[in-house]
Formats: sequence, structure tokens, C-alpha cells
Amino acid sequence: MDEALLRTLTPAVIGILVRRGAGFAAAEDAVQDALVEAVRVWPGDPPRNPRAWLIAVAWRKFLDAARADTSRRRREIRVEDEPAPGPGATADDTLQLYFLCAHPSLTPASAVALTLRAVGGLSTRQIAQAYLVPEATMAQRISRAKRTVSGVRFQQPGDVATVLRVLYLVFNEGYSGDVDLAAEAIRLTRRLAAGIEHEEVAGLLALMLLHHARRPARTRPDGSLVPLAEQDRTRWDTRLIVEGVDVLQAALARDRPGEFQAQAAIAALHADARTAEETDWTQIVEWYDELVRLTDSPVARLNRAVALGEAESPRAGLAALEGLDPALPRYTAAAAYLHERDGDAVTAARLYAEAARSALSLPERDHLTRQAARLNAGLRG
Amino acid sequence: MAKYLLLKHYRGAPAAVHDVPMDRWTPEEVSAHVRYMEEFAERLRGTGEFVDAQALSPEGTFVRYDGEGRPPVTDGPFAETKDLIAGWMVIDVDSYERALELAGELSAAPGAGGKPIHEWLEVRPFLGAPPTVTD
Repeated sequence: MDEALLRTLTPAVIGILVRRGAGFAAAEDAVQDALVEAVRVWPGDPPRNPRAWLIAVAWRKFLDAARADTSRRRREIRVEDEPAPGPGATADDTLQLYFLCAHPSLTPASAVALTLRAVGGLSTRQIAQAYLVPEATMAQRISRAKRTVSGVRFQQPGDVATVLRVLYLVFNEGYSGDVDLAAEAIRLTRRLAAGIEHEEVAGLLALMLLHHARRPARTRPDGSLVPLAEQDRTRWDTRLIVEGVDVLQAALARDRPGEFQAQAAIAALHADARTAEETDWTQIVEWYDELVRLTDSPVARLNRAVALGEAESPRAGLAALEGLDPALPRYTAAAAYLHERDGDAVTAARLYAEAARSALSLPERDHLTRQAARLNAGLRG
Repeated sequence: MAKYLLLKHYRGAPAAVHDVPMDRWTPEEVSAHVRYMEEFAERLRGTGEFVDAQALSPEGTFVRYDGEGRPPVTDGPFAETKDLIAGWMVIDVDSYERALELAGELSAAPGAGGKPIHEWLEVRPFLGAPPTVTD
């Protein structure tokens, strides 16, 4: 039973049903029902042509639902039993699904859920587990999302930027529960990149690959975080790095700058350094300058300050921090780090403890507490 | 089976026996503490008694309704004297005695110097569904 194959087929089958005249919401439901049946039937009776099987079963599910719906409303059945031959699925169908599921009328949480289900072929239960909410809550979120986009024409061209934001959100959620969301985001971005020539799609794919490559080194067996400078770089996945750098170089060659390409370039420069000391911080600062220019994001400015602390001096980094809002996430942690590099262990210890109190995750909080503890232990002598 | 909330306080509980702020421990002691908590939860998963565990940020705000069409009133961050919850674990166990036993174990998590913190945890029974048979 090839779950990966099943999930790959999902968007194309939805596309075919929509082309045959089903509404998106009904088509999506029918395909989910067909997936459930495939999981039940295929192990004992594998189909010769899985794609044709899924299309046939999904269409039948759609007709059954449409009939039930119609008889409920005492209306005539308007759907033909045998569909017109019609056009087959094209790569465009899948692309249109990406656009629809990331439609700007959806909230980010809804767009993420709908994308994972309709494009990713995940079940509501899997998505609920990944986001640690009850299955009924996730089911409701998805059906509301489907209602929201029900008036959107399927063939309407969409905005790639909204799709990229959704995929980026999925990637950043990382790994919780049974579903590896980072790997899922990479799979979906890879498919998008295969279907569309766009430098920022490539940029995001490269960014994901380069960060995913570090994952084995990013946490210790006990779950604690390992900062970039202390990571065992032999544990980075070189295959992913090579692929990420290739994808990025092809994107940069198009000479159309974008924020994901800039972020990927920074990740690539880290990947390129065999030891933390070999890191080309000067180039990294230049890419942060580019990122600030492109996005004007305070988070980019914060990261630039840390990079400047490495490229020039901790004092330069601290000077760059001034003028930024201290309420920015990780501002205090960055200040603590720069003060420590500047030799002021007392201030750094105080700031690390303060940063721990405003940390956004438990591993981060524990990490920052350990940093404060390490400095305080040193100060005690 | 009955559910209990094991509540941990940043502030508001009586002082622990070994009350040393965490950033005054050694990094190894912090790691040992984290590991103890994780192994505790893992063990309860194994015995079928674990329901949920969450940690809360100390940052928080009081909010209340301020009338039709007006934005809610906020107050905070909390004054130093107020009770402040750090996190909880929900367990589903056979008896109140078992809930106390587990809370006692959790309170023995190692702290500074590797010694048990003896911190105070609050044990609160959940109000359940009414029983089917009442007579």
C-alpha cells in the first residue's frame, strides 16, 4: 500500500473531478472518501492502474453524494452518470489547486489546513495531530475554508506569493506528531517548482532544503537545541545541501531578487563553511542588507545585527540593535549573545535569563536558561 | 478512572525547599531537570495515565469586557504578588492516592546541586460527567 503514491495523485484527481463539473468542495470530499477506500481496499486487492482506480471511485463517491444531496433537496439529478470524456488532468490542475488553497480570502491557518488536505492528500486526522488540535476542530476549519473559496473560479490565476507564504508556514512548523510537516512542505514545494518557472519558488525550495539539511545536527538526543556555531557539521545532509545550492544558483541566475532567494543565500553561506570559524560573515551581512531592502522586516534587521556582530565586532552588532524594538521576538537573546561576545558576562547572563522568560518555545526557553546558567556558573568561579 | 490537574506555579505556591532560580543552576542541572520531566511524562504514557502536559509563558494579561462597541480592558502584566501558573500535567488515574503519589514524584524533580526541589504542586480533581446510575 503506497501512501506516498496515493497522496501524490490527490490534487490531479481533484482537478479532473472539477473539470468534469464537480464543485471544488464536493470534489475534494469525494477524493478524500476515495482515499479512505483505497487505504481499505488496496492492500488486499491492489489496482493495476491506481490513478484510474482513484478517478473512478472518486467520481462514484461524488455522484453518490450529489444524488443524496439532490434527493434531500427534492431536486432533479442534473449530473450525468457517465462523464463526458473531457480534457484529462494537466499540470495546470495541480497548480490551480495550490492557488485556490492559498486564496487571499483564507486566514493563514485555514489556507495551511486546506493545502495539506487538498494538495497534500493528508487526512483531517493527520493534519489535526500535526497541529495538536482536536480532529473535530480541524474538520470544521477545513470545511469553513472550503465554503470561503466556493465562489472562486477554479481557473482563476492566483498569486504565487500567497502560495509560498503558506508553504513556508508549513515548513516552519517543523515536526510534531506523526506527520513530518517540514518534509511535507518540501514535497509540496518541489512539485510546485516542477510545475512553474518562478525564481522565488526555487528560492523557497532551496531555503527549505538547506535548512532541512541541518536538522540532524540541530537537536541533541534529549531534544535540546544546538546553536548553529556548535553543530556537528559532519551530520549535515550533504545531498540536500548540494541540491539546495543547485536550485538556488539556477534561481539567482535569473537575476530577479526576492526574499526567499536572499534567505536561501544566507543558508547556503552557512552550509558552505566547514567550521563555524570559516563562515563568510561579510557576505552574510550583505545578503541581510539585501533582505532588509526587499522586506524592510525588523526580524531581518535583528538577524543582520547578529551577523554584523560576527563580521565586524560585537560592539558593531550592539550598535545595530539600537533603534530596534526590544519587544521583537529574540531581541533580548540576540543582545545577550552580543554582550557575551563583547566580554560582558554579567549583562549577558542577566539578558539570557530575561530572554528565557519571553521565549516562544520550551526548547528555546531551556536553551536560554542553560546559557544563563553557564555564564552564572563561570562568574561564581 | 478520574482526571487530575497537576498545577505548577511560577509564583503563588509556598516556597520550595530548594528554591534556587533556574539560571543559578549549572547547565547540566538544567538538563537533568528537563530530562526528569520528560521521562516522567513518558512513563505515564507507558502506563496509560498521561493525558496532556503544557508549559505557559510567564507573560500574561488580564482582560475584561468593557461594554458594547468598546475594546476590552486589559490589565497587566501581572503584579509581582499575583499567582502565576507555569504549566500543568493532566493525568487520568485510578484513585486520588495515585494522583498524590505522582504529584509527589514530579515535585522531586532534581534542581540545584542535583537535589530534589521539593516544590509545591497543586492537585485539582476535574469535575466529570454525571454517572449513569445514581440510585
